[in-house]
Amino acid sequence: MGAIKQHLIDPEICIRCNTCEATCPIGAITHDDNNYVVDAAICNACMDCIAPCPTGSVDNWRRVERPYSIAEQFSWTELPPATPETETIDAFEDEAAVLLAEAHARGGGHAKAPASAAKPRVNLHNRANPAIATVTGNFRITSAEAESDVRHIILDFGATPFPVLEGQSIGITPPGMDAQARPHAMRLYSVASPRDGERPNTNNLALTVKRVAEKQPDGSIFHGVASNYICDLQRGDQVAVTGPFGATFLMPDDPATDILMICTGTGAAPFRGFTERRRRIAHRGPGRLWLFFGARTPQELPYFGPLQKVPTALLEQELVFSRLAGQPREYVQHRMAMRGPELAELLRRPATHVFLCGLKGLEAGVDDALAIVGRDGGFDWPTLRAAMRAEGRFHAETY
Amino acid sequence: MPDGMDVDYDGLIPNNVGLAQDARVRKALETWHPGYIDWWKDMGPEGFQESLVYLRTAVSVDPKGWAKFGYVRMPEYKWGVLLAPAVEGRRIGFGAHKGEPAWQEVPGEYRAMLRRLLVIQGDTEPASVEQQRHLGATAPSLYDMRNLFQVNVEEGRHLWAMVYLLQKYFGTQGREEAEDLLRRRSGDADTPRMLGAFNEATPDWLSFFMFTFFTDRDGKMQLEALAQSGFDPLSRTCRFMLTEEAHHMFVGETGVGRIVERTVEAMKEAGIEDPTDVERVRALGVIDLPTIQRKLNLHFSLTLDLFGNEISTNAANAFNAGLKGRYREDKLEDDHQLISSTYPVLRLRDGKTVREDVPALSALNMRLRDDYVADCQGGIGRWNKPIEKAGYAFRLDLPAVTFNRKIGEFAGFDSDPARLPTDDDHAFIDSLMRPVTEGGKYASWIAAPKVGIDGKPGEFEYVRIHG
Repeated sequence: MGAIKQHLIDPEICIRCNTCEATCPIGAITHDDNNYVVDAAICNACMDCIAPCPTGSVDNWRRVERPYSIAEQFSWTELPPATPETETIDAFEDEAAVLLAEAHARGGGHAKAPASAAKPRVNLHNRANPAIATVTGNFRITSAEAESDVRHIILDFGATPFPVLEGQSIGITPPGMDAQARPHAMRLYSVASPRDGERPNTNNLALTVKRVAEKQPDGSIFHGVASNYICDLQRGDQVAVTGPFGATFLMPDDPATDILMICTGTGAAPFRGFTERRRRIAHRGPGRLWLFFGARTPQELPYFGPLQKVPTALLEQELVFSRLAGQPREYVQHRMAMRGPELAELLRRPATHVFLCGLKGLEAGVDDALAIVGRDGGFDWPTLRAAMRAEGRFHAETY
Repeated sequence: MPDGMDVDYDGLIPNNVGLAQDARVRKALETWHPGYIDWWKDMGPEGFQESLVYLRTAVSVDPKGWAKFGYVRMPEYKWGVLLAPAVEGRRIGFGAHKGEPAWQEVPGEYRAMLRRLLVIQGDTEPASVEQQRHLGATAPSLYDMRNLFQVNVEEGRHLWAMVYLLQKYFGTQGREEAEDLLRRRSGDADTPRMLGAFNEATPDWLSFFMFTFFTDRDGKMQLEALAQSGFDPLSRTCRFMLTEEAHHMFVGETGVGRIVERTVEAMKEAGIEDPTDVERVRALGVIDLPTIQRKLNLHFSLTLDLFGNEISTNAANAFNAGLKGRYREDKLEDDHQLISSTYPVLRLRDGKTVREDVPALSALNMRLRDDYVADCQGGIGRWNKPIEKAGYAFRLDLPAVTFNRKIGEFAGFDSDPARLPTDDDHAFIDSLMRPVTEGGKYASWIAAPKVGIDGKPGEFEYVRIHG
């Protein structure tokens, strides 16, 4: 995989209207009689040229070892061939790219986006030029008695454009410095709302954030800097946001596809986005959602209340609890095994997509469970998984 | 956010020109608004006013987010007044006032000239909507139908842009001109639109694509020249309009390109080696290349007439006054006043065409036309790609600029009807104009686009016809 993310213009689609060249604030775009091209030495991936392009030709990116020169680009009649590895770019900011690569590593590394996913906008805002959002809501979504404090945070972007797709993440960096007087590191959070906002046509998004407060061996409690910063935000507070990030873990747009969603804890965030999206477009196709969702108790399961109101026709849900008084511990993989024949039937269908999101280790448990489902259902799960990955139908993001 | 980037989206008229604080202009525009909506309902796309169309709306002049996509009923489209952000310390770039600060108010001495420029530009915008109003009924796909409607609503917004300038800067006269823009009708015997090409019918989709490629490209050249204007509000208006105009170029260039692509593909499949074997090609339900060439000849020549006379004192005056520059004046390297330079112009001398050097100032129309022809040539090259690739010897080409002209030096000089579309051509094209309204499906004579609008997948329902 190449080290440089190069911005290119597709000469087959470009109509040489000059919009990009006129829009570029730093003069990175130029042209000859044949093509409009981007000078890799100047372009800083600010994305200003992307939205005004009338053709979509300007939104092409390649990972390359050595950038194509302007002279090479002038001579093209089409773009050099691309592979998913060379053309989908999760983030231009290395800090965010590293975090996403790490989150995808255990699911098999860089994946391919679902065929019918909409084209994501990536990295419109970076550390140097963040979008400023206003907090318009901060609600606890685990019960007051539960130990775990998980919050539903709503960030409104006002007049600032911040287009996201279900499955993408945003970056938040806590203000201030760490103990070594360096700026804090960026954290990524999955967007928990659909693309058109908490209510249709609002310019906001939701996050699902768990307050990190972990008992240490010495009896002290470790308070996560970023999560506590976010969970303590008040209505009206302003937050600097980067992103959006992520170009592969995206919801398929085709309303006929079935989607199997497996998560634990705040891994539910993207699936709340998926579910709300489907709820809004349900009339367009027959696709169903399947949710396997694990938590210790119903009181600690984020969105337990709202989930009770989602109709079964839209969402088949299996909520699984590992700490119910007087009952054996049950995990999502156990419940998946119980629904084996139905899952086997679902997975054999060529349009089914699988998404995993949650804590590290979820992949292994799910793989074990689906291996058994496959054995009884007449397919080899590792083989099917590889095929699904290659078709953009298997995605995992864990942390 | 820099000054002038904030768009007020709350009122009746979205704008970044401070209408909320400008009661006089706001009232004038709000008074004009009902007449505009009536005009749109009378003369806008026929039969689809209630349909939900997946449209791009300009909601900001910040490039990161200026476009928003969503389903909209066209009469509810947010037509706004949007100017590109002001450039601090901008100076007049050409003409007698070169180097002076750009005007924020109309200079009294150029009032009449400027008003005329605005009215002529403004008149073309509603005209094309009128010309295209019947096309929705025969769209070759929902994708194409959506693109047509996008072009239409943006032409509507461009009318708004010109009307704002008239209302804001020209008082009572401006208001009357704004009313007249809604009163004239394309092709009407009594109250026609001002320019010839905007009174021609756009009877079919090949005409529509040719029109958006050739005639809207004239619009682009005019806007480029006006974007250089020393009258800063006009410059900023036109700079923003250009980002929308680019979409029209896209619709035209890819529209014809997809027709050519489909024709070539069908000929290949059928094993036809001679692209001029019109009968066999037409039997395949695709448009033969010679017919496409004839349509091209017609639209190119009609559009050249829009550039006016080769030698023009009006153009010289507008340049000298600093109101209308040359194409990308700011990228040219000369004195920007054209005091002693010359420009080669094609003239008719004793029945022959010759190039003659004339004072550059009087040849500005010619120069813009030459830039236009070069800009067209780029697109023709793309249209020829699939023909070349398939190994056919046929090439589409621009006719000579002297062909089929009604205005200027070459009016009546070379008018060979065999190189223009015939009644038979039009009857054949008409026979293909049958609507295709299933998502992801295309008429037999046009290829699917390479990418969807807003990254949408192939079967996306760009228009929900019944709302």
